[in-house]
Amino acid sequence: MVKEEQELANRPDNTAFTQQRLPAWQPMLSAGIVIPGFVLIGLAFIGIGVALFVTSRSIQVLELDYTGVGQNSPCYKCTYPNVSNCVCDLDFSIDSLFKGTVFFYYGLSNYFQNFRKYGVSKDDVQLSGDLTNFKSPSDTCSPYVYDSNNQPIVPCGSIANSMFNDTFQLFQKINGTKTLVPFDGKGIAWWTDYNIKYRNPSVTPLKNAFNSTVKPIFWSKPAYDLDISDPANNGFINQNFLVWMRRAALPNFRKLYGRIDEGVYAQGLPAGNYSLAIAYNYPVLSFDGRKKVVFSNVSWMGGKNEFLGIAYLVIGSLCILMSIVMLIVYAKFKFPEED
Amino acid sequence: MGSVESYFGRLCGKEQEKEEERLFRANDRPFNLSYHYADNAIKTSKYNLFSFLPLNLFEQFRRLANAYFLFLMALQVIPQISSLSWFTTAVPLILVLSITAVKDASDDINRHKSDKQVNNRMVKVLIDGELRNEKWLNVQVGDIIKLENNQFVTADLLLLSSSEPLNLVYVETAELDGETNLKVKQALTVTGDMGDSIDALAGFNGEVRCEPPNNRLDKFKGTLTLDGQTYSLDNDKVLLRGCTLRNTEWCFGVVIFGGPDTKLMQNSGKTTFKRTSIDHLMNVLVLCIFGFLASMCTVLAIGNGIWEVREGSVFTAFLPREQGADAALSSFLSFWSYVIILNTVVPISLYVSVEIIRLGNSFFIDWDRKMYYPKNDTPAQARTTTLNEELGQIKYIFSDKTGTLTQNIMTFNRCSINGKAYGELFDFSGQRVEITEKTARVDFSWNQLADPKFTFHDHSLLETVREGNPEAQAFFRLLALCHTVMPEEKKEGELYYQAQSPDEGALVTAARNFGFVFRSRTPETITAMEMGRTVTYELLAVLDFNNVRKRMSVIVRNPEGKLTLYCKGADTIIFERLHPSCNKLKEATIGHLNEYAGDGLRTLALAYKPLDDSYMDKWRQRHHEASTAMEGREERLDELYEEIEKDLLLLGATAVEDKLQDGVPQTIEQLAKADIKIWVLTGDKQETAENIGYSCNMLREEMREIFVVAANTAEGVKEELQNARRKMCPEAAEEPSVKKARAGLFWLQKTETVQDEKVDGDYGLVINGHSLAFALEKNLQLELLRTACMCQTVICCRVTPLQKAQVVQLVKKYKQAVTLAIGDGANDVSMIKAAHIGVGISGQEGMQAVLSSDYSFAQFRYLQRLLLVHGRWSYLRMCKFLQYFFYKNFTFTFVHFWYAFFCGFSAQTVYDEWFITLYNMVYTALPVLGMSIFDQDVNDRWSFQYPQLYTPGQLNQYFSKKAFVLCMMHSCYSSLILFFIPWAAMHDTVRDDGKDLADYQSFALLAQTCLLIVMNIQLCLDTYYWTAVNHFFIWGSLAAYFAITLTMYSNGMFLIFTSSFPFIGTARNSLNQPNVWLTIFLTSLLCILPVVASRFVFIQLRPTINDKVRQKVRKEALPAPAPRRPPARRISTRRSGYAFSHAQGYGDLVTSRRFLLKLRSRPPLFTQTDSPLALNEPQLYRTIAEDPEESQSP
Repeated sequence: MVKEEQELANRPDNTAFTQQRLPAWQPMLSAGIVIPGFVLIGLAFIGIGVALFVTSRSIQVLELDYTGVGQNSPCYKCTYPNVSNCVCDLDFSIDSLFKGTVFFYYGLSNYFQNFRKYGVSKDDVQLSGDLTNFKSPSDTCSPYVYDSNNQPIVPCGSIANSMFNDTFQLFQKINGTKTLVPFDGKGIAWWTDYNIKYRNPSVTPLKNAFNSTVKPIFWSKPAYDLDISDPANNGFINQNFLVWMRRAALPNFRKLYGRIDEGVYAQGLPAGNYSLAIAYNYPVLSFDGRKKVVFSNVSWMGGKNEFLGIAYLVIGSLCILMSIVMLIVYAKFKFPEED
Repeated sequence: MGSVESYFGRLCGKEQEKEEERLFRANDRPFNLSYHYADNAIKTSKYNLFSFLPLNLFEQFRRLANAYFLFLMALQVIPQISSLSWFTTAVPLILVLSITAVKDASDDINRHKSDKQVNNRMVKVLIDGELRNEKWLNVQVGDIIKLENNQFVTADLLLLSSSEPLNLVYVETAELDGETNLKVKQALTVTGDMGDSIDALAGFNGEVRCEPPNNRLDKFKGTLTLDGQTYSLDNDKVLLRGCTLRNTEWCFGVVIFGGPDTKLMQNSGKTTFKRTSIDHLMNVLVLCIFGFLASMCTVLAIGNGIWEVREGSVFTAFLPREQGADAALSSFLSFWSYVIILNTVVPISLYVSVEIIRLGNSFFIDWDRKMYYPKNDTPAQARTTTLNEELGQIKYIFSDKTGTLTQNIMTFNRCSINGKAYGELFDFSGQRVEITEKTARVDFSWNQLADPKFTFHDHSLLETVREGNPEAQAFFRLLALCHTVMPEEKKEGELYYQAQSPDEGALVTAARNFGFVFRSRTPETITAMEMGRTVTYELLAVLDFNNVRKRMSVIVRNPEGKLTLYCKGADTIIFERLHPSCNKLKEATIGHLNEYAGDGLRTLALAYKPLDDSYMDKWRQRHHEASTAMEGREERLDELYEEIEKDLLLLGATAVEDKLQDGVPQTIEQLAKADIKIWVLTGDKQETAENIGYSCNMLREEMREIFVVAANTAEGVKEELQNARRKMCPEAAEEPSVKKARAGLFWLQKTETVQDEKVDGDYGLVINGHSLAFALEKNLQLELLRTACMCQTVICCRVTPLQKAQVVQLVKKYKQAVTLAIGDGANDVSMIKAAHIGVGISGQEGMQAVLSSDYSFAQFRYLQRLLLVHGRWSYLRMCKFLQYFFYKNFTFTFVHFWYAFFCGFSAQTVYDEWFITLYNMVYTALPVLGMSIFDQDVNDRWSFQYPQLYTPGQLNQYFSKKAFVLCMMHSCYSSLILFFIPWAAMHDTVRDDGKDLADYQSFALLAQTCLLIVMNIQLCLDTYYWTAVNHFFIWGSLAAYFAITLTMYSNGMFLIFTSSFPFIGTARNSLNQPNVWLTIFLTSLLCILPVVASRFVFIQLRPTINDKVRQKVRKEALPAPAPRRPPARRISTRRSGYAFSHAQGYGDLVTSRRFLLKLRSRPPLFTQTDSPLALNEPQLYRTIAEDPEESQSP
């Protein structure tokens, strides 16, 4: 026996693996699976599609362009060159109640936040409160690393520099009197951005951390003055700053400015006339950009988007159609069984 | 390595010019050192500790792909261009480089080890008048060294003296040329006389002039000058490094060539690197992809230019331009930025993955127990691991005959004695009984000298002999006397025969077992034991065999003084020379011969003739004159032979079975069903080759016609070929239709393809070496190819090794088909090297074929498993892999292309950089490897059941340029879906708490998640065979993606590596949104459903053979066993001639004294193993031909 084993020293192992006999599942695209599969998927899609469509329909959206292109546009006056501190009032009315919490967005069009050189122009280390990068910001911030006096810019980079600086105040006009509809600007940024990604240096007062740095060139006030009233909303953790810094994927985008969820407006915006006072600072016309404001409420599927619902409906119907085609093909051309 | 050596040699100022002649003196180191001959140290390693990194990196960057990625990395360092962080390219490149480097290093360490081991072997060197033990590497040219039995020869030596008589030494050359038989070398008498006298040897001061180092193993030219006398030296006096000394106590030699100059080292080295057609296709495709990449980048660069002019120049408020930057510069820079981003269309991991898959599939070949031959413990071996998928595309097989189709074992099977046939068994009703393993054997135990391995089943023959039947006794006496076999008797009663051809051995062994034992011979006598009685015959003449005579005779005088001529030979030849009185017997014998021929046996007719003394005396006188004549010796001898070999009396005929290897006919049938054409290229004679053709079912009686081309002039060959062609296909054009095309890299290579022509009916073609020589000439080769390719079967006989290679090359060149050559001997090496794939039969004599082969196994029948199972699977897997791999990378990359239109052509990536880095190396690497290592469409049994499954491979159907284009279109569709569905679903929406969702990072995460899920589902669709490993890889990779993504986007990672992981929180914030998941779901199904639908419809409308068989597999668990057909008995009118495979007999040697002397003085050449397995086999005869190739030449 021993001898025999020695003789066959080179015999390969008899395992399922080496002999390529591993137990295996060998599925096939058979009619029994494919056709019912298509029908089921089709039905499911139609179901989801209907739900999405109905939900999307229930979401109310009001978009108002305030760029001021047309001469009768209320903000046209602010588009003249050399106008500063221009405020324009945008009047509009709502026919029916905007249910639930209403979100107020500003939107920009033809604005390339997703341009590569724009997108990389920031310094994450600096924004996480590291003081060494206050003194010497990363090169990625080019062309806004140092100002003409070779002072470091904090926060550096194109994104920060181009922060949106129009401000809005909403008034409801009831019988000629304007009641302020308060925007809640807290908690409009991602929790992770607010708590982890962006941090102010642990220097009190915050202002001292910014010694021997300069504010971004386009900014009217330094970062530590963004919200003097609330230290938890100041500096790098200013919510509007955070929202702006989360750059958009596409050239037409909108960003959250505030929620309307206080007092009488907690249940929604009632029907009526409103006036939006806009401090018009942000120039977009030079590159043919557009500015708008959006009022919207949301549902479980987020904001209004009819595409998904329609897509699901169309694809679902196509699946059903395809399953019928395949059934016909199968019944008519089912390949012969013989060799 | 030789080149490296000489390179360094040149660096050191050595070897300024090529050596013209080698001159050295024995025992004179100072003189010899002045010539700077290489010493005996060898170096096969490529690197040392310091040169490894630079040299290896240099080697690696010579590969186009690696260089390309290095170039990309260089681009990424330029800040204006860099659109991706350096690590996206660096990590994969470093990974690939280090994997290769580790492999190279381990290979080189092994080479270092073996170098060291060889260089440190000890040998006795004569230095300053005494023998000293020295390491091999210290041996110099001109040193005298002493070798002992079973030692390796240290360097190429000139043999001086030896312990054996006549200064002979025996060497085994297996390591050098693969032949296991011993070879004899003989020293010059003048040096041999020194013996082992150290003083004499130390005083030896001969001067040797010889050829410079070269790689010809069989030639050596030189002179030895000693004491003013000059002696010529030839190959017989040289011991080559790589040989082993055998049966020789000691010998002395002087070193001629050392180390790298030895013929062994000169022979190793340059091996041609074989590449598969998929490799070539891949190179072409990669080139296409480069072109495609360039055009994509151009489009995007132009887009960037336009965007800069129309939008960018006015968007400067928020993104100021650098000084002097204009649209043209920006466009130029963005071209290179996009080269970086889109580089993933040329995947770096492609080559690595391909190598891994091939390696895996090679292991499966090594591990296959069904290709393991237990009798000599030989597993199949994939010696080249880079050719697997080509095994699935073979169109032509070129096979050797002896040792490949046949076992090279001859068994004495039947005989016809005096008109009565023996050897077959019949039952009572007269029905033939099939002889199996279990059939009772004839008991030869009464005969002390019988060979125990000899088997015979017909008892009546032995009874006839023992009864004293004179014809039967004469029959076996003839077999015991008329041959050129050498006997060896190690111990009393243990006889071994050294036969020149196995046929002869079989016949002599048969006689031995039937009581006529050939025991010993001297040049003048033959001693035999006849039925227990020792009889010594006087051997008067051996009328040797040659090609023309096709017979051999001996003239012997028995102790009673009676003179007899015994003759055996081809039946046709013998029958011409018979005495008229034998006519009746002749008729009966012819009947038997036809029967034997029908069974594919090799037949010989036996005859004898009593001679009278007076005639014999005169004849011998004339014979002596003729054989010493200076002119026309051959003709005169032939005349004499012709004169005496007439009026013979017929004794009967023998039938020897040239045993086919097991399963050869079935294998050939299977391969034929798989539409593989088999050509037999053999050095054997036409008759034997035809015989084998019939017995392994390649030639069949029912074939319409078998053409034999055997003309001796170019015109004749041309005419015969044309006639054959016109007969097969009368309507075919006279001129072959040659399709010219261009292929290869840059389409530089011109190809000419001869189209296949349809012929109805089966034809066979037999062509002999002479005609083949003419047919292979330039002007006839296309004619040959056309005719041969119309035939079902082609047999080329009496071809030289070179012709074998030429035939292979001809088919390779003009058929653009994949060829495989299979053989076992040194004469097959050229064809094995010439073919796309060379297969060596291992376990037979010689290793030469195996050593130069790509695959080796022990039995021809394993070829069908290698091709129909392993080859087919490998091809299938490779094609699926490539298709999927290209799809996966194109889709990945195209999304960037679409995104460019939305991001101002700014070379912004869609995905996270980490995802780009890990996509090929981690997320999608293992699942596709799992598929391409384990996948099988149907299992091996079904593959055998339907050999037709093999044909798609021959037609390149699974992966071709067309498939590649389809794959690109599919990618294009998928990438459109993958970009625009998320775009449409996300561009104006927000999270369910009103916060941002259309931001870049969320969009990137969404796009990459969709992509990965789609890629995995696509792989699931492509996977036919889901093993646990596949499940683990696919689900594991998906899980790993989510795990890695969540980790990289976690707070911890950001806090530690702030600038490397800016995507913090993205996963958490967007993957908890229902609309994100709904988008992923929609995108995935939209990518996959059309594929499912179209595949389903195609299966119904135009099912491939694979679909059909797979459908069948679902219905039946196991294939129906193939019907066993009993072998049909054929009665054939076709007869073989003298069926010996050798060209020239051994008559001269047998009658020369020298040959016998050396045989007697040593133990047998082949020690028999005592294993029980060996006992079960018939005795194996080995040729003792000096030069195996000589016997093959026409």
